[in-house]
Amino acid sequence: MTKEIVINPITRIEGHAKVTIFLEEDESVKEARFQVTDFRGFEKFCEGRPFYEMPSITSRSCGICPVSHLMASAKACDAIVGVTPPATAVMLRRLMHMGQMIQSHALNFFHLSFPDLLLGMDADPAERNIFGLIEKQPELAIQGIKLRKFGQELIEKVAGRKIHSSDWIIPGGGKWPLTKQNAGYLLSNLPEALDITLKTIKVFKNCLQGLEDEVKNFGNFPTYYLGLATAKGGLEHYDGKIRIVDAEGKIVADQLDPAAYQEYIEEAVEPWSYMKFPYYRPLGYPDGTYRVGPLARLNIASHCGTPLADDELKEFKELGKNGVVQSTFHYHYARLIEVLFCLEGVKEILENPEILSDRVSSKAFVNNVEGVGVAEAPRGMLIHHYAVDPQGMIVWANMIIATEHNNLAYNKAVTQVAKKYVKAKQLQEGMLNRVEAVIRAFDPCLSCATHAVGQMPLEVQLIDSEGKMVHRVVR
Amino acid sequence: METIEKTKLATIWLSGCSGCHMSFLDQDELLLELAKKIQLVYSPIADIKIFPENVDVTLVEGAVANEEQLRLLKQARAQTKILVSLGDCAVTGNVTALRNAWSNSDQAVLERAYIENANANQQIPTDVPKLLKKVYPLHEIVKVDYFIPGCPPAADIINYVLTELLAGRKPNMEGRSKYG
Repeated sequence: MTKEIVINPITRIEGHAKVTIFLEEDESVKEARFQVTDFRGFEKFCEGRPFYEMPSITSRSCGICPVSHLMASAKACDAIVGVTPPATAVMLRRLMHMGQMIQSHALNFFHLSFPDLLLGMDADPAERNIFGLIEKQPELAIQGIKLRKFGQELIEKVAGRKIHSSDWIIPGGGKWPLTKQNAGYLLSNLPEALDITLKTIKVFKNCLQGLEDEVKNFGNFPTYYLGLATAKGGLEHYDGKIRIVDAEGKIVADQLDPAAYQEYIEEAVEPWSYMKFPYYRPLGYPDGTYRVGPLARLNIASHCGTPLADDELKEFKELGKNGVVQSTFHYHYARLIEVLFCLEGVKEILENPEILSDRVSSKAFVNNVEGVGVAEAPRGMLIHHYAVDPQGMIVWANMIIATEHNNLAYNKAVTQVAKKYVKAKQLQEGMLNRVEAVIRAFDPCLSCATHAVGQMPLEVQLIDSEGKMVHRVVR
Repeated sequence: METIEKTKLATIWLSGCSGCHMSFLDQDELLLELAKKIQLVYSPIADIKIFPENVDVTLVEGAVANEEQLRLLKQARAQTKILVSLGDCAVTGNVTALRNAWSNSDQAVLERAYIENANANQQIPTDVPKLLKKVYPLHEIVKVDYFIPGCPPAADIINYVLTELLAGRKPNMEGRSKYG
């Protein structure tokens, strides 16, 4: 008799997905699959649109990291027109992208994952959400709301609105300069955001004391790590070249040109998920598992380049061997360090007088019929690749989304957690919540990955070898 | 002890980008006020997995693009007093419905992603909710009580509508909302 447990939908992630846990004859866990259940089709329906509409359209892939799509898309458009944006435009783009990183990491930490960390993995499901947190720990909830708000306002002050701020970004730069008033407003709010972040890192470290078991068993396995890094191997979110390190911290490849991504990354398909499975081409499918995102970026980076973040990075790297941290749980810690890095970066940029320059765009029309734009989204490397006709109409597009890169690793992680915690004979809600929690640690943005996603109840189905359901429990 | 009956609020995310949910969260400090008046009974940001009975207000983001979403929307309608289309995808189909320009739109988008733009095991996934032939805005499927356009609607508009509905008043959208 084949038995399976279905967790559907996975909640408190940015998207809808389900997990199916397959059981052995003796009801021990055999394997678990992370399945993404919707698809929109940006790569096709953008065909025939003028290339300069692409930032605006593809921003709508994702309401959580729209700015990262704006970045990757605008950079692909920069390549099509063949210009370099002025220095101030690059600083402004970096600034709004830092806002994106801060708000998205704050969202994952406070609004989505903190209920598990603070209220507990086995807490009442009806309370395990941001409103539950507001009721139980109002002070912390307010901090989270304020930190996320700082990130969102940073985007708004640069680009006019918080979500889908596509009016500002254009191929070659941005539309308008930053006003002195807006720069001043952001600088005045920065100390509070920094203070919240430093306090939160302390709270997080305290939480860790009760979660040793989860840290050890939450997607703790060797993989490659892939992301952008500066020429000197530092942490980078907007530009840079690709670096890949292995589980031992050895650099496998370095300074790869992101525009040539197809030489290193290919994508596979499985019939049970709308999310594709990218793999590292030299190792093939499915051996070429790698991880991207905050954990990967800190694993590949030798330094952050800002003092407070560098202090934390040292402590982070001590958690692993040769500075490589394997436990997916530590995506949480990595996110907080990146928030720190971004806040320090925001200060540096806002204090540069050039930020107020009104030279914010370089103008040209189609000079190349193909363009690739790559940026580090909150969840990892994001690739937009367009081909246009001589009039600039899109004839083909490909997007590889941060969350997709982790797909092979997700499946390994849910299998590891299910094997450790799920006991089919005495099934409890908290066991299944741990399976969901490891997914939350990765912070998948399925909204992005399906370029979207549906819902059904959580149910446990026992299915016999002829495919007939013999038992069903719904929670 | 006096207990105040809280309004049961649900939020659903169909085929969209979650930007409307993010704008909901952009109510920031106003969420603390909202928390006093509502009980969040179903939402992608909460852990209840079954759409409950007797919901007072449901905000729906996204268009209807696959069979599972179609089922969930009908269930939500049947079990909700006031159903609100939240954002342009729910109101018009918006970006999600761009694929409707192709007559065989489900096949066209699937083939591009899973056959043409894939390198190993190229195939169209089958063990997943089936895409509908075209994408629908909510009102083409169910009765919708209120519409909040915007891509996404600004947080203060969402807050205004919720405040009015929670007070038992009818929100007046005139001059308050715009597309895009």
